[in-house]
Amino acid sequence: MLDRIIEILPELNTAFFETMLMVGISLLVAILIGLPMGILLYVTDKGLFLESRPIKLVVGVIVNLIRSIPFIILLVFLIPFTKLLTSTTIGPLAASVSLSVAAIPFYARIVESAAREIDKGVIEAAVAVGASPWMIIKDIIFPEAKPGLISGLTITAISLIGYSAMAGTVGGGGIGDLAIRYGYYRYDDTVMFTTVIVLIVLVQFVQYLGDFIAKAVNKR
Amino acid sequence: MIKIENVSKVFKTKSGLVPGVDDVSLSVDKGEIYGIVGYSGAGKSTLLRCMNILERPTTGKVFIDGVELLSLAKKELREARQSMGMIFQGFYLVSSKTVFENVTFALKAAGVPKAKRKDRVLELLELVGLQDKIDDYPAQLSGGQKQRVSIARALANNPKVLLCDEATSALDPGTTKSILKLLKKINQEFGITIVIITHEMEVVKEICHRCAVMQDGRVIEEGPTYEIFANPTESLTKAFIQTVLNFELPEKLLQNCTGTLMRLQFRGDIAGDAIVSDMLQAFPVRGNILHGKVEYIGDIPLGIFIMEMTGEQSEVDKAIAYLEGRVNQLEVIQHAR
Repeated sequence: MLDRIIEILPELNTAFFETMLMVGISLLVAILIGLPMGILLYVTDKGLFLESRPIKLVVGVIVNLIRSIPFIILLVFLIPFTKLLTSTTIGPLAASVSLSVAAIPFYARIVESAAREIDKGVIEAAVAVGASPWMIIKDIIFPEAKPGLISGLTITAISLIGYSAMAGTVGGGGIGDLAIRYGYYRYDDTVMFTTVIVLIVLVQFVQYLGDFIAKAVNKR
Repeated sequence: MIKIENVSKVFKTKSGLVPGVDDVSLSVDKGEIYGIVGYSGAGKSTLLRCMNILERPTTGKVFIDGVELLSLAKKELREARQSMGMIFQGFYLVSSKTVFENVTFALKAAGVPKAKRKDRVLELLELVGLQDKIDDYPAQLSGGQKQRVSIARALANNPKVLLCDEATSALDPGTTKSILKLLKKINQEFGITIVIITHEMEVVKEICHRCAVMQDGRVIEEGPTYEIFANPTESLTKAFIQTVLNFELPEKLLQNCTGTLMRLQFRGDIAGDAIVSDMLQAFPVRGNILHGKVEYIGDIPLGIFIMEMTGEQSEVDKAIAYLEGRVNQLEVIQHAR
């Protein structure tokens, strides 16, 4: 059994980095697009300083639309879009496209609910002091929601690790792909178990790291 | 300094339109401390929030220092708000920022250059007595200290007006006193006009020059604090004043009294005890003071005595008539038995 693990090690190594690449890219996109989107959902809410029903409605519908499509369907559905962006449909880079699309609304909703945790009075006090919307977002909402934003990022990362396994089934690569190719198609239990253990350790590590950072930035 | 004209605020709720503030007009002079009292739900907080347009009035006009706030564009309104500080019952400090950063934020919002911020923050923290807490986070502070930080934040941009929304309601009586003292100092030293919303008449008695009583979104009574205390007309006002000038006599004492029991109120300019002794010499009656107290309302004394009078009924009646012309208020609590 040990021989088999050693034998598979180079491939496991590649797969691991592919997973990290996919999760990393989509996480980055989630921060770049999902975070502002979530903030937008929050500040356009009723009673807040940028209240706007139309914007809230449009963004909300888009987010719900993407969120309601099962990831495996989204994966297939986005093939033309992926081809347009990466000029290929296989490999971790191509898989990152649909993972990112799924990650954006996922994280946006988490950001929105993290921001909702802030006492509205704190935001009101900032409005009363004459602060601009951007300043309130940057200097009040952001630091106040930081622990929630970080634990939300942890949840997103772990979900993405799970999703990336699905991306493996359409040629995305990564640990999930390895598990399916050897464990499922070839009945190779050793590889199967090894990948499962790698995934467990990875998820535990991400969770621990996320909790640690969230706790460190929490001043409450 | 603050002028409110026919301001109404209607809230849309599931059960229909609910008036929060109903056609209120009032004005607060420069350098004045103005109190607005009422039970919760009376609309006093909404009225205060209309003064800096945290709540946009449905109808009416709000003038601050001659500027009509509702006509301002967003940016101008933000600038106007910088000249009005506000403090809250819940303090509302940013929990992820230190005391220093919390106060700095107000300066940053007003576009004060970074180099000038630090000195100003230190100055403000010294004013509120928190120089040694500069790097603490709000979670490490007591309620009174948090309110001091929020006062420093509210004063950062040298406002003309300070709005206080139940600022002492979450504090214990001792801390309330010290915060009121600080507000008084701010009013006297910097001439800042202060509006205080409260349900504690004690607060009004302590520092307000004038006050208004609100009920169901309307101002039902308004005037100089001393006048309100000395001559309340509305029953709600009387109930509020009762909370401060409380003269509950023990049940047993009331039962043992056989004479006429009366409550006398003297205004500051009359020497109460002299009138009583004159009366006792002029009429063959016996007077027995059961309870007495002098309350100082903005440095003017308001004396209240509860007295039992015994003697011939006709003489007692004459004595009462004599007193009625000389004291501010006379109320017979219990007739002779």
